[in-house]
Amino acid sequence: MRSYLASRLLGMIPTLAIISVIVFTVIQLPEGDIVSSMLDRLQAQGVDVTEEYVANLRSQYNLDKPMVMQYFVWAGNFLTGDMGYSILFNRPVNELVWERLGYTLSITISALFFTWLVALPIGIYSAVRQYTIGDYLMTTLALVGLATPPFLLALIFMHIGFTWFGISTGGLFSPEFEDAPWSIAKFADMLAHIWLPMVIVGASGAAFTMRILRANLLDELNKPYVVTARAKGVGPAKLVVKYPVRIAINPFISNIGLMLPALISGEALVGMVMGLPTIGPLLLQSLLNQDMFLAGSLLMWLALLVVVGILISDLLLAWVDPRIRFE
Amino acid sequence: MSDAAPADNALSHDNVLEIRDLAVDFKTDTGLTHALVNVGFDVPRGKVTAIVGESGSGKSVTANCIMRLVQPPGRIIDGTINFTPTDMPPFEIVSLRKKDPRLQELRGGHISMVFQEPMTALSPVYTVGNQVAEAILCHRKVTRKEAMREAAEMLERVGIGEMERRIQMYPFEFSGGMRQRVVIAMALVCHPEILICDEPTTALDVTIQAEILTLIKDLQRDLKNSVLFITHDLGVVAQIADQVVVMYQGRVLEIGTVRQVLKEPVHPYTRGLLAAIPGLAPKGEPLATIASVVGDTDITTPYPLTTLGDGRQVSLPPDNVALAAE
Repeated sequence: MRSYLASRLLGMIPTLAIISVIVFTVIQLPEGDIVSSMLDRLQAQGVDVTEEYVANLRSQYNLDKPMVMQYFVWAGNFLTGDMGYSILFNRPVNELVWERLGYTLSITISALFFTWLVALPIGIYSAVRQYTIGDYLMTTLALVGLATPPFLLALIFMHIGFTWFGISTGGLFSPEFEDAPWSIAKFADMLAHIWLPMVIVGASGAAFTMRILRANLLDELNKPYVVTARAKGVGPAKLVVKYPVRIAINPFISNIGLMLPALISGEALVGMVMGLPTIGPLLLQSLLNQDMFLAGSLLMWLALLVVVGILISDLLLAWVDPRIRFE
Repeated sequence: MSDAAPADNALSHDNVLEIRDLAVDFKTDTGLTHALVNVGFDVPRGKVTAIVGESGSGKSVTANCIMRLVQPPGRIIDGTINFTPTDMPPFEIVSLRKKDPRLQELRGGHISMVFQEPMTALSPVYTVGNQVAEAILCHRKVTRKEAMREAAEMLERVGIGEMERRIQMYPFEFSGGMRQRVVIAMALVCHPEILICDEPTTALDVTIQAEILTLIKDLQRDLKNSVLFITHDLGVVAQIADQVVVMYQGRVLEIGTVRQVLKEPVHPYTRGLLAAIPGLAPKGEPLATIASVVGDTDITTPYPLTTLGDGRQVSLPPDNVALAAE
């Protein structure tokens, strides 16, 4: 087990290295760079910019060096904990990332828990009571949830909140806490706001998970080992949870890591619609302006989250399923 | 019907189970399938009763009825199963409500079952010890530790050595024969009155088959329980059974002692079944089939069982019964 963990951790290094190369290349692919997009804006405002100033800027951010050099300088600095400077926001990237990564993580992880909390009982109910009115109701609801994109759901919720209840549902904080230092009151205020993006981001995942769980469970419910357990006198509720459910949830545990990217990109759209201080809106802006240091760092962080998520789900699977552990 | 039971009738009248008029329907897309029609027989206490018949004859459905394990689309539509345990008042199984505590007690406590497929009969994610001990914990108030100790004892008894190590192992680390021993241990750990074996040796190879049969027979002698043994293998019947019930198309065709049924079968279908055993057929001739023996004799009409002079019961038209009795 220990050597498995070590090999998996070592395997993450080349994975992340390759991702960093791809991230860097993709961001550099379009014509121009952050300086030229800045110039465009300044010239549009009628500001005169000297050739010298431009050259200075370029050399300040190493943009005049060859691509390979630029990559190594960026990657080297990233490894030492310096993610560079965002020309777009005029602030160090480190500050920007730390400000927002926590919110993104809180929303995606709570959305993941929400997904499970909703999907597990409903999926079990639907499978055990297959073809009853309750089952039809739940599967239909799940189908609707699956077919509604998160950003649309966000718009609907915000509209209902505003027109019916007169409350603004955007953001993560009430205006009075927006710039306040952290306190218990601010944390409580965040909890009062975070549930809505959590529900919106998690809804389609919950619908998807519920449908798959129902199908998996229906396959397991009449397996011989369930009949054996029933024949030895295990009570009905314990029987379902201990035997078929235990097997039917395994694929989901191995999918936690794969669900993260979907949740994160769902969160990006919802974040923009609801005006959340998360990674998503920041990433879009930085990509549009070719702010290499900010965009590259954000993408690297998301990649790291996904790789770690997959590792965690593999470890969890090995923990719950002895068949995997013993291979 | 002959009232005077002859003295050489080997069957006892102390029955642990009395099944009467049992009928089960399965709802399918093409209509109702009558899986069992008027099935009735007794399971004498402390004996081995074998149910034989081809695939689809209703053997397993009968067993599932006794445990109330018939799942939708199947449904018990008629009949009674009277159960007479030694240590509590008798009760009827078919009419038990789903929530009746006696039903939970019945499954695994009074009656337990060994299944055909040892490879899939155990959950792959729990240890062998856990799954055997669970049977004890379902029926008696003992500590987990005590349950594990008793589980180990029973596993030892069904021939699994190196208990300390093996009790912590998972089913997929065991061979098919070993797994079937585990299932048998799980079935016997609460000392049930009746052990139902639903083709327990079908999925095993011949040497392991013999070992498992000997094990079941030896344990039955030790624990003095009654066994209902379901099989399509007449060789196994000869080896293990006291009484034989022959089933065909969801009906009982013939009931008798193992000697009566195997040596002097009365019903044409039973004769056909026996003639189709490869080892008993004369060499150099084509193997008899059931159809060639039965010929155009009607075996599909459900005639009620008639008791013959020697105590056996047979489902034949009344005028044939007279002939058969001679």
